[in-house]
Amino acid sequence: MTAVATLSPRPARPLGYLLAAAFLALVVVAAVCAPLVTPFEPDAVDFAASLAPVSPEHLLGADQSGRDLFTRILYGARTSLVGPLLLLAIASALGVALGTLAAWHRGWVDAVVSRVTDVMYAFPGLLFVVLIVAVFGNGMTTAVIALGLAYAPTIAKYTRSVALAECGKPYIDSYRVQGMGGLAICVRHLVPNMARSIVGYLVVLFGEGLMSLATLSFLGFGAQPPSSDWGLMVKEGQPAIVQGAFLPVLVPGAAIALVVVSFNVIGVRLADRMGVRGT
Amino acid sequence: MIRKLAGVLATLLVTSFVIFGASYAAPGDPVTFLAGGKENLTPEYLAAVRAQYHLDDPFLVQFGRWLGDAVTGDLGRSTQYNDQVGDLLAARLPSTLGLVAYAAVLFVVFGIALGVLAAVRGGRTDAAVVAGTTFATSVPPFVVATVLISLFGVRLGWFPVMGGGSLWHLTLPAVTLALGALAIISRVTRQAMVEQRELDHVTVARASGLAERLIVVRHVFRGALGPIVTMCGLVTAGMLAGTVTVETAFGLSGIGSLLVNAINTHDFPVTQAVLLLMVTAYILVTTLVELVQPLIDPRARRST
Amino acid sequence: MLLSVEDLTIEAGGRRPILREVSLSVGKGEVVGLVGESGSGKSTIARAVLRLLPQGATASGRVLVSGVDVLSMSPAALRDLRASQVSMIYQDPRSSLNPVRRIGDFLTERMVHTLGRPKAEARARALELLAAVGMRDPELCVRQYPHELSGGMLQRVVIAAALAADPALLLADEATSALDVTTQAETLALLRRIQAERELGMLFITHDLHLAAAYCDRVHVLYAGTVVESRPAKELFADPRHPYTAGLLACTPELGDPRPIRPIPGRPPSLDDAFTGCPFAPRCPHASAECDTWQPHPLTVAGGSAACRLVEA
Repeated sequence: MTAVATLSPRPARPLGYLLAAAFLALVVVAAVCAPLVTPFEPDAVDFAASLAPVSPEHLLGADQSGRDLFTRILYGARTSLVGPLLLLAIASALGVALGTLAAWHRGWVDAVVSRVTDVMYAFPGLLFVVLIVAVFGNGMTTAVIALGLAYAPTIAKYTRSVALAECGKPYIDSYRVQGMGGLAICVRHLVPNMARSIVGYLVVLFGEGLMSLATLSFLGFGAQPPSSDWGLMVKEGQPAIVQGAFLPVLVPGAAIALVVVSFNVIGVRLADRMGVRGT
Repeated sequence: MIRKLAGVLATLLVTSFVIFGASYAAPGDPVTFLAGGKENLTPEYLAAVRAQYHLDDPFLVQFGRWLGDAVTGDLGRSTQYNDQVGDLLAARLPSTLGLVAYAAVLFVVFGIALGVLAAVRGGRTDAAVVAGTTFATSVPPFVVATVLISLFGVRLGWFPVMGGGSLWHLTLPAVTLALGALAIISRVTRQAMVEQRELDHVTVARASGLAERLIVVRHVFRGALGPIVTMCGLVTAGMLAGTVTVETAFGLSGIGSLLVNAINTHDFPVTQAVLLLMVTAYILVTTLVELVQPLIDPRARRST
Repeated sequence: MLLSVEDLTIEAGGRRPILREVSLSVGKGEVVGLVGESGSGKSTIARAVLRLLPQGATASGRVLVSGVDVLSMSPAALRDLRASQVSMIYQDPRSSLNPVRRIGDFLTERMVHTLGRPKAEARARALELLAAVGMRDPELCVRQYPHELSGGMLQRVVIAAALAADPALLLADEATSALDVTTQAETLALLRRIQAERELGMLFITHDLHLAAAYCDRVHVLYAGTVVESRPAKELFADPRHPYTAGLLACTPELGDPRPIRPIPGRPPSLDDAFTGCPFAPRCPHASAECDTWQPHPLTVAGGSAACRLVEA
């Protein structure tokens, strides 16, 4: 009755969630079965088809060298999806270990971990990764490892807060009383109990990781030609824009955006369900 | 206050140490690395590099000299351009700062406006803003850049595609740089306003007959200002790093694209200098944001 | 009548209404107590007088202030009512004031932005009011921020702000519950003095029946959204007719009273508890099977009414 606009609680959007999940599943299946889906090779150069428009033959057109964009997108999905997966594996192995250690030991271990985290946070955006790439040279491996290192503090911080809450629960104390060692409790009980919320958090981070990795490839620091990584495809397609051919950049750009949106939609839902705090 | 400043100095020292020390982590002899690759290295040139970086001194002494030089403005000599790094930076900094300032104005004005609109209107407007910002944060800036160039630069021809200088040239890059920030700010604004609106003193103001518009301006928005200003500051601080992608995508000549070129050409003195500049600016701006807090929230004044 | 609530029923989607057919009135210069446990709906009544209803609530019945129905008035009339006729004093002064605005701003806001008075005049009036509520240094006070004052001082400021527009009716919603005991007494005395000086009508809401009985002219006891007893304070205190009123009085220990403390068994009902008959029946020591089907309605007793089947018998 008072003139207050009400914010309806955000409606659960199972439709968006299902669409996102279905789209991601489709992308994964198509990437795995790429040779069955498309007759072209990702690196097959065909100057006759240079900058070909959309046609039954080239479903999404072709780039300057006449390489079929649909094919390159499918093959590129492999690098573009496996890359973030690897970097999150590195980041979560490090981050979960450090975060758990910090929460379990407190005291100086905690202090050291949080100081290291502070220093890495002092580098805005991707600059820490850029520094590592500058030192160890460009390439997908360096980029993935560097991003893995850069994401570790974020995960460590999150793990630490979850682990602190978990350590306060009586079951941990009861194991301690039974004389079980700290490492055994952490590995066998603490980490498995945190797995749910950490995995939820990783889904949220996946989209971000994909964007970061694609950005590095776009800058020339990550995937190198002739890879069909999506970020690199945008970089290579850029010169075609001035010729009025937009497909070589729009197709991989749209692929990145759609996959990241899907992960974010799923991540938001998982976060809501598991009480994971968002980024 | 003094503790705070000491903390900032310590962070600056450690980060600059990391940036300096990184060259030693590189595989192989630091001389080859600092000289920018293995080709065309004459012994005389190597000796010059060795002397320039005082590589024969102990590690910490080298760091001290490097830092001392950096503080006094001597950032070394570029291996690629054969210029003083300081001159390179000075030539390119204005255009980058212009870009950041332009983008900051855009995201502050439109981000806050959208957030306020979403919080006040609610319903469909709110849902649209939330959906739009979710999408905006899911598209990496370089993709935004290519889309904007394709659409407004080439297809419609409204904006120049390459080059820089004028405000007109900077519009598409600034929009790209601002888009993600705009999404973040509008969400923070919306969230803070929704939280503030639930507070008792807002009901008290309403119960005293204050018009709804004034309640929003004087109480809800005023209360939300703290988190909004903090976030605007943090996002602006991070923007210098964001220029790396945007300048590359638009072919602008600024310190962001300078960094990318430096890395791709193994020009380590320039890389170090740009990183040092960006990190220093980031730390200083974030500190500034914290120092501004008491002006916005009188409750924070006591503790300082 | 200054305030007259008639058959007010407010529903907000729970299994029972927040308020059910509540009627009460406050005359000029009269202090009327409204007593109940938390969740009984007493604050909802005060808020309904300003048409500050819970989200998504529907109201029926009438709330008349000086004869005009608040529930159906135009937005402009409503703003005028809130600005110049009725003022509310809240439980927690700390959360009633915007923490980032100065005290002076809080006091003059209504005068300047709603009533359109010149700033200088509003400021002079603010100083005058602060002095009237016993603030020692009004000049300093208007420049201070809420966190620089104690709870008791803040409540004085809130009272001063309530008086800013010369209202005819004060709604005091647990106005002293969040304060220390000594501050409580001072604030109560202040409110009473101001009420008497200005001949204000006051709806005094509290969970403390003893306080209400000592402080008010008449008292309404509220349980689960219904008024169970309305009587002059002295009579209510001396001879409670509703078992709930009696129970409340017996809850509080008194010096020199040899009877043991007898808490009311059970817990206060929530909005999810629906009742077929008398809502107090499950906790009532005198309840019988008929009480579960007896629809409570006010029955005349000496000086007022009580809504208990046993009064009739």
